[in-house]
Amino acid sequence: MAFFFEVLVTGLMVGIMYSLVALGFALIFKASDVFNMAQGDMSLLAGLALVGFLELNFPLWLALLCTIAIMTVLAYGTVFIVLKPLVARPPIMLFMATFGLAYMIQGIGQSIWGTQAKGLNLGIPDIPVTIGGLFLSTFDLTFGAVAGILVVILVWFFHKTRTGRALRAVSDDHEAALSVGIPLLKAWAVTWMIAGIVAVVAGIAWGTRMGVQFSISYIAYKALPVLIIGGLDSIMGVIIAGLVVGAGENLSEVFIGPYVGGGIQTFFPYLIALLVLYFKPYGLFGKEIIERV
Amino acid sequence: MFYRECGNYKDSYASDMAIFPIPLDQYGFIIMMIFAFLVIPLTASDYWLSNIMIPFYCFGLSAIGLNILAGYAGQISIGHAAFMAVGAYASLILYGRYGIPLIPSILGGGLISSAVGTIFGLPSLRIKGFYLAIATLASQFIIQWIIVHWQWVSGGVFGTVETPDMQIFGLLINTPVKKYFLTLGWVVVLAIVAKNLVRGQLGRNWQAIRDVDYAAEIIGVNLYKDKLIAFAVSTFYAGISGSLITFCYYGAANIEEFHVMVSFALLGMIIIGGLGTILGSFFGAGFFVLLPIGINQVLGNFMAVVPSEILSNLEAIIFGGLIVLFLIVEPYGMARLWHTIKDKMRLWPFPY
Repeated sequence: MAFFFEVLVTGLMVGIMYSLVALGFALIFKASDVFNMAQGDMSLLAGLALVGFLELNFPLWLALLCTIAIMTVLAYGTVFIVLKPLVARPPIMLFMATFGLAYMIQGIGQSIWGTQAKGLNLGIPDIPVTIGGLFLSTFDLTFGAVAGILVVILVWFFHKTRTGRALRAVSDDHEAALSVGIPLLKAWAVTWMIAGIVAVVAGIAWGTRMGVQFSISYIAYKALPVLIIGGLDSIMGVIIAGLVVGAGENLSEVFIGPYVGGGIQTFFPYLIALLVLYFKPYGLFGKEIIERV
Repeated sequence: MFYRECGNYKDSYASDMAIFPIPLDQYGFIIMMIFAFLVIPLTASDYWLSNIMIPFYCFGLSAIGLNILAGYAGQISIGHAAFMAVGAYASLILYGRYGIPLIPSILGGGLISSAVGTIFGLPSLRIKGFYLAIATLASQFIIQWIIVHWQWVSGGVFGTVETPDMQIFGLLINTPVKKYFLTLGWVVVLAIVAKNLVRGQLGRNWQAIRDVDYAAEIIGVNLYKDKLIAFAVSTFYAGISGSLITFCYYGAANIEEFHVMVSFALLGMIIIGGLGTILGSFFGAGFFVLLPIGINQVLGNFMAVVPSEILSNLEAIIFGGLIVLFLIVEPYGMARLWHTIKDKMRLWPFPY
C-alpha cells in the first residue's frame, strides 16, 4: 500500500508540473479565445534564455529579469504584429497563426542559444526525503510549492487588481469590455506576458528536471490532455486536471504498463481526455457553450 | 490577351462543368502532364528524382488528404502523420508478409488507414474545433505506441521494417525512374479523384459543414455521415501516401519518419499552399520539400559547408514566418495568389 501511495504522490507532483504548462494555455484561451500552440516553445525559449544569461555569469535575479523581459517583448510582438491583423478572423486561423509562431520561436531561440541540451542548476537539491513514510524528492516538493504559490498569485491578481479585473472583463465579453474603455490589444498583450511568465516557471521546472533542450516543447503535448480534461478556460480546472493526469499516468504505467509492454504513459492522458470529452465535451470545469455539433 | 472566356461557348453540360473551362488552362494542364511524365524522368538526375520529386508527390498526396479534412470539411487534424504510418506498415505487412501484389497492397494500406481513421474520426460527431484537434492528436500518440509496442505490427526492433524488393507483374521496381513512375501514377489518379470529389455533391456538403455546420444540417446535409466520410477519404490519402513514401523514398518503415512534427508540417503545408484547394496542397508540399534545399543553396554561396543546425533553424523560422505571413496577408495561400495572377491575366494588357 505504501508503494501505491508513493507512486500516486510522485504522479501528483509530475501532474503539477503539467498544470504549469497547461496554465499558460488556459490563460491565453480565456482572455483571447486563442489556442496557443506555441506555449511549449515559449517554455523552451524561456529555459534557453535563462541558461544563456546564466552562462554569461549574470546573477540569478538579473538573468530571471532579462528572461522575463524577453518574454514581454515576445508577448507584445505577438499581439501587435501577429494577432492584431487577425482580430476578426475565425478562431481556427488564430490557432494556425500560433502554430507558425511556434516554429519561429523554436528556430530563433535555437539559433541564438544553440541546439544542444544544457543543464540548468539552480541549487535545488534533488534528495529523497521521508514524509509520513513516503519517499519524496525535495525537488518535486519545491516545484509543487512554487506552482501552488503561482496559482495563488494568479488568482489574487485576477480577482483583486484593477488590471486583473480588466482582463477578466475582456475574457467575458470582448465588445462589452471595449465599450467600457478597456483597450483590447493591451489587455491581450498583458495576458500573453503573464502566460510568458508562467512559461518561464514551467521552463525552469522542466529544464532543471530534464535539461534545457528541444524536447521541452513536447511537454506542451503532454499538457494538452490536461487542458481538455480541465476545460480550456478554467484555471482551477487545469490544476485539478493536472493532478488527475499526473496521478493517472504514473499509476497506469506502474500497475497496468507491465502487462501491455510499458510506455503507455505517452498516450494514457489522451485516453482519459477522450473519455472525459465523450461525457463532458467542454471538460470538467470549462465554460459550457450550448451548441449542437 | 489570350487567356479569357471570350469566344468560349459552352454548348453542353459537360463543357459547362469542365475542370478547366478556358482552353489555355487545358493546354497548360496537358503541358504539365507531358512535363511530369516525359521531361522530368528523361532529364532529371537520380538525386532529383528520388530525393525531391518522390517526396514532393508523396507529401502532396498527404496534403491533399489533410486539405480534404481541414480545408474542405473544416475538421482540423493534427495527427495525420500517424495515418501515413498506418498505411506504410499495413501495406508492408500485406506485401512483405502475405505476398499480396504491390498495387493491391498499397491500396490495402490506404483502406486500412482509412478504417483506422474513421474510428479516430468518431469524436468529431460530438466535438469540434480545438477539442477535436486535440482528440486527433491522441490518435498520433496511440498509433505510435501501438506500432512500437506490438511485435506483430512492427516485427522488428524500434518499429523498423525494411521494404522488400518491389515487383509488379514480374517487373522489378528498383531504379529511381521506375519508383518515380509508380508514385506519379498514384498521385495523378488520386489527385483527379480528389478534384472531382470536392467539386461534387460530397465536396459541397463538406464546405457547407465547414462554413456553418448547423445551417448545413438544416438544408439537409447529413453531418455525421459526411464528417466520417471526410475522415475516411482523408486518411485513405494519408495511408496511400505513407505507403508510397516508405516504398519509394525511405526504403524502410520507421516510426520516427511519422513523428508528430510531420503532422504539424503537413498542416503548415496546407496553410501555405492554400486551405481548401487541391492545387494548393501541391504548392505547399513543393515549398516544404524545396525549402531546405533552397536555403542550402543560398547559404552555400557564403560558406563552404552549411551546418545542419543553422539549416534546420532557418528552415523553422522561414516556414513559421511564412505561415504567419500567409495567414495575415493571404489566408488562402499560394493557390489564391495563383488565381489572382490568372484574374489579372484575363484583362491584360487592356484593363477595361
